[in-house]
Amino acid sequence: MPYIEVYEVSHAYDTPSGRVAGVVGVSFGIEPSEFLCLVGPSGCGKSTLLNIIAGFLSPTSGEVRIGGRVVTGQGLDRGVVFQDFAQLFPWRTALRNVAFGLEMKGVPKNEREEIAMEQLKLVKLEKFAHAYPHHLSGGMQQRVAIARALAYNPGVLLMDEPFAALDALTRDDMQRLLSDVWRKTHKTVVYVTHNVAEAVFLADRVLVMTPHPGRVKTEIAIRLPRPRDPLSIEFLDCQKELLRHLVEPTPIGKDAPRNGGIA
Amino acid sequence: MSASETARSRYRSLVALAVMAGAYEGLARSGAFPSALLPTLPAVAEALLMGVADGTLLRHAASTLYRVLVGLGLAVLVGVPLGVLMGRLRAVESFVLPLASALMPIPSLAWVPVFILWFGLGNATAIGIVVYAALFPMLLNAWSGVRSVNPLWLRAGGSMGAGPADLFRKVIIPGSSPFIIAGLRQAFMRAWIAVVGAEMLAASDWGLGWVIFDAKEFLKADTMLASLAVIGLLGFAFERWVFGALERATVQRWGMVRAGKG
Amino acid sequence: MADAIGADAIGAAGPVAAPTPHRESGWRRVLRTLLPFIVVAGIWEAVSHSGLFHPRLFPTIEAVAAQFVRLTVSGVLPYHAAGTLTRLAAGFALAAAVGIAIGIVMGRWKLAEDTLLPPVSVAAPIPGIAYAPLFLLWFGPGNASTVLLVAFVSSFPVVFNTWTGVKSVREVWLRSAVAMGAGGWRLFLKVVLPGALPFILTGLRLGLAQAWRILVGVEMLAAVPWGLGWMIFGAREFLNTDVMLAGVAVIGAIGLALEKGVFERLERLTVVRWGMMT
Ligand SMILES: Nc1ncnc2c1ncn2[C@@H]1O[C@H](COP(=O)(O)OP(=O)(O)OP(=O)(O)O)[C@@H](O)[C@H]1O
Ligand SMILES: [Mg+2]
Repeated sequence: MPYIEVYEVSHAYDTPSGRVAGVVGVSFGIEPSEFLCLVGPSGCGKSTLLNIIAGFLSPTSGEVRIGGRVVTGQGLDRGVVFQDFAQLFPWRTALRNVAFGLEMKGVPKNEREEIAMEQLKLVKLEKFAHAYPHHLSGGMQQRVAIARALAYNPGVLLMDEPFAALDALTRDDMQRLLSDVWRKTHKTVVYVTHNVAEAVFLADRVLVMTPHPGRVKTEIAIRLPRPRDPLSIEFLDCQKELLRHLVEPTPIGKDAPRNGGIA
Repeated sequence: MSASETARSRYRSLVALAVMAGAYEGLARSGAFPSALLPTLPAVAEALLMGVADGTLLRHAASTLYRVLVGLGLAVLVGVPLGVLMGRLRAVESFVLPLASALMPIPSLAWVPVFILWFGLGNATAIGIVVYAALFPMLLNAWSGVRSVNPLWLRAGGSMGAGPADLFRKVIIPGSSPFIIAGLRQAFMRAWIAVVGAEMLAASDWGLGWVIFDAKEFLKADTMLASLAVIGLLGFAFERWVFGALERATVQRWGMVRAGKG
Repeated sequence: MADAIGADAIGAAGPVAAPTPHRESGWRRVLRTLLPFIVVAGIWEAVSHSGLFHPRLFPTIEAVAAQFVRLTVSGVLPYHAAGTLTRLAAGFALAAAVGIAIGIVMGRWKLAEDTLLPPVSVAAPIPGIAYAPLFLLWFGPGNASTVLLVAFVSSFPVVFNTWTGVKSVREVWLRSAVAMGAGGWRLFLKVVLPGALPFILTGLRLGLAQAWRILVGVEMLAAVPWGLGWMIFGAREFLNTDVMLAGVAVIGAIGLALEKGVFERLERLTVVRWGMMT
């Protein structure tokens, strides 16, 4: 039985000009310790879906179950990493940012700082434990955010385009780092991205969504051995296949997504 | 701007101050005005030193500070939580905002006669006026501060298990601290004006405002100028050292505001 | 919010009737704004009728309203209000003229800046009202002291902001104007002044707010023969709390009118239209 079950989930936003569909009737499952990527054109509802799994939004219909329990709100079983660097608390050092979740759990100070330090080591930032976020580069801030989401040991890591605002070189490093972290921690990961190569590099399975209003179009298992080599023929083949699914006109959609949707 | 240019303007400033002091001294000594109205600078310095030496000026300053700090403290205790509630709950906002907009344009000193009737002459009236003066800057700044809190911080806090109380103390308050500190500064400035005015009007034997006003009755311009200097110095010290230090230790260190001068 | 109500009122006065749902939401908004006042008035009435406090000290709203009407009809209240407004206008006009002049001189000439900045910075942190007894001593009780003090106090923000504004006029504007043949007075009037205007207006606005914040207090201290400050302070002698509260209400109304009526309009006409401020 899948660890996370998304069952017939729809969400509509209330706006002054009426209701706007975010996602429509999405269903899929995620196995424990699986790395799942969600890709789809801009505005198709990837963030909406992730926010529903995180518990920030409640579905208008359908439900999400994690480990058999229906999601009704935020919970310590899920860690979240956003795209925006500003997600870190500027008034806390890197270490104290990472320790926040443990602090909420009531873990004593010494112990939580020790755990936080380990997490920072995992993302190779132990030297910057006492720096404030505004003294860290964008990539470093995102690494702190990952460490922060892992520190209180949630089973699930939800990430919404965490590296989209980074330059290509840094992004490459970060993808490798995340891949390592995932292998060491065995988290279940749901990862939203625009970037086809990123999805092929990271994922066990990729879910392709249709343009707005989003539904699941296909899913593709990536069976390449890890660590993956982005220059190998197999990798490029996977990438091509995924791209084909993304750009081919959808039978139900009004218009085909243009290249704009894919970085 | 080069270093020598900075040095030159500092030098010019000193010269300017010295020339002005000299001109004042000349005017005071010329005998054109009675010395009770235009005391010489040494006389003012003497009044200042005497007041400090025999402790009266210090006690006046302490009374004034007491009123300001108690009033400011009450304004913070009421204004910040209420402002936060306004920022978080629509109902509170639409109830409090119209009232605040109606009361804000009334200068705090206009309430002095009413407060005198209600609370009598003395500390209660002065503190009440200070609270009135300081409350609105605190309230409005806390309100804007909460609305400026990045929603991502709330989500991140919530997903790490922070409940409403933790969110308030550990996310919302530090997140809106640039505004709260700006509000504190503004509130102190208003409170400082209000306390001096209230002390003059609601005479109470102690307090810097009262000294100045009392000195007028006895034509003691030297005492007046000495107290004026103390008022200015205390205000400046608070602004520069207390709030400046607070800002450097918090929002500037956290990179939430850039360091500016003054 | 007030803007939206204003827009609504204009729409309703126009030849085309506003669509019903829109008007309804306008009414709802008015009601929502009034609600807190109704609640507070209700509490006030309950307390004043309860007999908990002496009616001279805690008058009912009817009593305050009646007093307000009586004072207005007899001309006493308008007379006092006119006195206060005249002082405010005179003091503020003086502050604006002198303050802008000093600020510009400081912004354009380094020597003036170096000379004037220290004394201005020394005098500025002292709350204006603290100078009141000194002014009364020097210029005697009455109008002269009051007007001069108001001018003195409100000139500080005007000076500081004008100075900053003039110094922040963009170099490209000056260069391009000079390249197009402007110089001397014309450069000043057509480039420096409009360029610094957002700051100058901010200074004027802050100055007016400061003037208003102390004027009422100064009127009480200076024992001027007429003025709202004197009216409410004098009412203390006879425990006329209703007169005081009527006076405070007028003071609040004037303060609100100054803020909304004078400056928001002025800003809309100039810098907002030029897109220099929103
Ligand atoms: N707060 C909101 N209010 C109203 N409509 C919204 C809101 N957020 C998203 N939507 C709508 O829901 C749809 C899905 O948005 P969502 O942010 O989930 O897309 P996305 O796939 O994450 O896009 P992107 O790749 O650009 O981040 C969009 O078409 C948008 O119009
Ligand atoms: Mg998105």
